[in-house]
Amino acid sequence: MKPLLRIVDLHKSFGTLEVLAGISIDVARGEKLSIIGPSGSGKTTLLRCINYLEKPTAGHIYVDDKLIGEKQVNGKFVHLSDRELAKERAEIGFVFQRFNLFPHLTALDNVSVAPRRVLGLEKRDAEERALAMLEKVGLAHKAGEYPERLSGGQQQRVAIARVLVMQPKLILLDEATSALDPELIGEVLKVIRELAEEGRTMIMVTHEIPFAEEISDRVIFMDDGKIVEEGPPHEIFSNPTHERTRVFLRQIIDR
Amino acid sequence: MIDFLRGYEDYLGGWLWEMGIASLATLQLMFVSFWLACAIGMVAALIPMARIKSLNLLVKLYIGFFRGVPVLVILYWIYFALPEMGYEVLVVSSYTAAILGLGIHGGAFLAEIFRSGIESLHKGQMEAALSLGMTPAKAMAYIVLPQAIRVVLPPIANFAVGLLKETALCSIIAAPELMLRAKDLASSSFLPMHAFVMAAVFYYIMSFPLMRAVEYLEVKMGKGLRTG
Ligand SMILES: Nc1ncnc2c1ncn2[C@@H]1O[C@H](COP(=O)(O)OP(=O)(O)O)[C@@H](O)[C@H]1O
Ligand SMILES: [Mg+2]
Repeated sequence: MKPLLRIVDLHKSFGTLEVLAGISIDVARGEKLSIIGPSGSGKTTLLRCINYLEKPTAGHIYVDDKLIGEKQVNGKFVHLSDRELAKERAEIGFVFQRFNLFPHLTALDNVSVAPRRVLGLEKRDAEERALAMLEKVGLAHKAGEYPERLSGGQQQRVAIARVLVMQPKLILLDEATSALDPELIGEVLKVIRELAEEGRTMIMVTHEIPFAEEISDRVIFMDDGKIVEEGPPHEIFSNPTHERTRVFLRQIIDR
Repeated sequence: MIDFLRGYEDYLGGWLWEMGIASLATLQLMFVSFWLACAIGMVAALIPMARIKSLNLLVKLYIGFFRGVPVLVILYWIYFALPEMGYEVLVVSSYTAAILGLGIHGGAFLAEIFRSGIESLHKGQMEAALSLGMTPAKAMAYIVLPQAIRVVLPPIANFAVGLLKETALCSIIAAPELMLRAKDLASSSFLPMHAFVMAAVFYYIMSFPLMRAVEYLEVKMGKGLRTG
């Protein structure tokens, strides 16, 4: 079966610092992929490249066989216009480590703003959809609250609702729980687990090893901008082939 | 003191009226140049974000130059120097010159305020908006600017107070406003102190509500909106 997401030899440098050194990944429709790796190994940058918040230095990304962020004109790759790029991004959801909710909007407006302004729905329709999504993450009763009045866990759940309302083909989660107090992590993981069970295609960067083992179909271990090894979760977590993976996992578990 | 006040005896009614009218002219001058400065400042703040190199440089030069030059020099330029170049279009009335001078000078100042307001937002706000499928323009309009406005309202109100006082400079190019009127009244009555004290009172009455607005906005905008 052809993959939903195809990353081909992706490179990214900031100045002379090479952060991604040739990453190739295929992700099947409905697959749950976890990415682990030490801090600074390029995980966030990889996710950001996938929806073109970061422009790759080289390499290409395809979603549903369609190039992301660029197009081919006379055999040459050229960058998309803002408008074309926005259209592609609307189909890829991104959950940020620090939520990035819009503080001037209520929870409901945070979720309905994209359906209104991007999809062009009427206010009522957009709000109806938004409310359904808040309900899904268990926060319908907080619809009228501003983000600052919500706990970190609630904010991240609103952020997830904001992504879901756009019905993305692919959801990227960048350490969705690592900015949270320990007692708030569970409620967010519960929501993510539900998404996994619905068969959505997800790529998540995470340090929650047991959780990743439970819901992922595949785990990738990255270091220094490269994929060191990949495989089914039980293999990577219980029986890694590479010394670097072993050292990393030991450090995580010791924490 | 009593003697001083007695000086107003013959003039009070007439002066109140004349300075009242002139104050309206001052307010008008201020409002028109304020909006001009806002428009110029907003454009100058947004252009660098479009990343067009040549325009960018132009904006940098504009801001750098006009922030470093006194308004008075700019007023002289527009009113006295430009017409010397011999083009009909460059000959403007003192009132127009005043508006242009204050607006262009203020625009450079406001551009900096707007830019810092926009940049004060965490870049995560723009990125979250983009990741939802908004174009940069939509993200600006619906997400960034509504928040930036709250950040910049107090300094803008502050700017308005300063602008109100700067309008007095325009009397030097004989633009109709309060200071010019005060000068006239001073010389026709031979009571300069009396005339200028009264002018000060009028200026104060106009700037007082603005200054209160600054205080209010500083308190109000300081609260809330601390997330993301
Ligand atoms: N915008 C940027 N400019 C310069 N360096 C960056 C930028 N973003 C990330 N980096 C660098 O790239 C490397 C990888 O970062 P990141 O992708 O955030 O790693 P991870 O998410 O795995 O911790 C780090 O060394 C980081 O400092
Ligand atoms: Mg990271």
